[in-house]
Amino acid sequence: MGILDRHKVIEKNASLLLVGSLLVVAVGGIVEIVPLFYLENTIEEVEGMRPYSPLELAGRDIYVREGCYVCHSQMIRSMRDEVERYGHYSLAAESMYDHPHQWGSKRTGPDLARVGGRYSDAWHIDHLSDPQSVVPESVMPPYSFLMNRFMEPDHIEDLVRTHAIVGVPYTDDMIENAQADFIAQADPFSDWDALVERYPGAQVRNFDSSDGISEMDALVAYLQMLGTLVDFSTFTPDASR
Amino acid sequence: MNKPDKKDDVDTTGHVWDGIEELDNPMPRWWVWVFYLTIIWAVGYSIAYPAWPLINGATAGLLGYSTRGEVAEDIARVDASNAEILARLSTADLTAIRDDDELHTFAVNAGGSIFAANCSQCHGRGAAGVQAGGYPNLLDDDWLWGGDIEQIAYTVTHGIRNEQSMDSHYSLMPAFGTDEILMNDEIDAIVQHVLSISGQDHDADLAGVGSTLFLDNCASCHGDAGTGMQEIGAPNLSDAIWLYGGDADTIRTTIQNARFGVMPAWSEEFRGASGLSLAEINAVATYVHQLGSAQ
Repeated sequence: MGILDRHKVIEKNASLLLVGSLLVVAVGGIVEIVPLFYLENTIEEVEGMRPYSPLELAGRDIYVREGCYVCHSQMIRSMRDEVERYGHYSLAAESMYDHPHQWGSKRTGPDLARVGGRYSDAWHIDHLSDPQSVVPESVMPPYSFLMNRFMEPDHIEDLVRTHAIVGVPYTDDMIENAQADFIAQADPFSDWDALVERYPGAQVRNFDSSDGISEMDALVAYLQMLGTLVDFSTFTPDASR
Repeated sequence: MNKPDKKDDVDTTGHVWDGIEELDNPMPRWWVWVFYLTIIWAVGYSIAYPAWPLINGATAGLLGYSTRGEVAEDIARVDASNAEILARLSTADLTAIRDDDELHTFAVNAGGSIFAANCSQCHGRGAAGVQAGGYPNLLDDDWLWGGDIEQIAYTVTHGIRNEQSMDSHYSLMPAFGTDEILMNDEIDAIVQHVLSISGQDHDADLAGVGSTLFLDNCASCHGDAGTGMQEIGAPNLSDAIWLYGGDADTIRTTIQNARFGVMPAWSEEFRGASGLSLAEINAVATYVHQLGSAQ
């Protein structure tokens, strides 16, 4: 039987079997993963996407820290009912600066991919502080402590730099001004022109309406920009994706 | 009864453990054939559907299937089935919708779903609002920015005090305490005056002082009698309906810090990816209008 008999060699040698299995599994992995890096149409180009501003990035860290992704997805699937409820289905480009992505895998709460601009800042504060005060049937836990935890921008430059290392196109200008931008975005009376020039579409407000930059400020800044960047008036979906 | 020893008919694998040998029976034929069939199926599948990554893109597949194409078709199919009534809804004279039974029923049902998905988070599932947060009750008789259907549709389209629409409703009450426009005792007097015009227990002497202060500081927006002014969203203070609450403490907080309630603009004009179309806005306005209290 020739080749089938030679199978015995693999069966009788555990190390060889391990190496062989790895090779076989690797083929599957390579076929699925490698093309994503070289195919030009993996991430289509869309108008409006930009890296997160420092404050949004800090808010995103809080989102990850608190495990929001455990109950909330950020991925509107291409199904009619989802598009009806949440808006245009998510595009790969919309999470291309996410490290790691926050697509999530389960919806105990609603999808948040386009939550930006849907509610007022005050609603987010009320809802994060005591979800049941505005949505009585909600099972979300309260995060009122975020109001009392204040953030110092000491490490924000490092944070931005780290994201630059993993491939987010932060410019030197953005990295150098990370601290200033972090502070400016939460203060509408600051000189925020340069911030908005660096991060078009960035919303500048005192999100929690109280002094200092709290974790609430950062998280709400992040939530309020989710899904708002892409200019869908210039977007024509390529059907062959 | 002696079964024949299978060992005599079938080869062994040659493995021996403590004298125990392992028979080398073939796989069941049906299992083997199913296995071969799955391989053939996979080849056919990868030809029919998008599959193999090539240089610039993946093979598209003979059936021309795409998830985007499918959802676009799905949306187009439903839109087409509602096209006639959606067109009527988006061009309708809002005040005339209630006279058209078919259109009214459609608008109220569609509007109810839109309300549940987009509005209920602030205004409550039953549209009763949340007073503690200043989210307006849509069932009562007070309308901050107007309660006829055209005005409701405008408010849904442009929102209130947001940064999205240049035409959003906008007004700004001064923070009389925080900005040191009034002293604490003056604010106390105005509180008593507001309690008096809204028919609540109050200190008559203080209210007398407060009425002058009210005319000087508040009446330009809320009116001499405190009945409010819808054009600028100034609430009526003389009735029993309160946006944030009508007890002395809440009124004092309101005068002290002012309020700045924000409602997003819902038109797709301002939120391309997740806004409401004209037909959807008309539907939700019709829904809110028929809740009972609208004008």
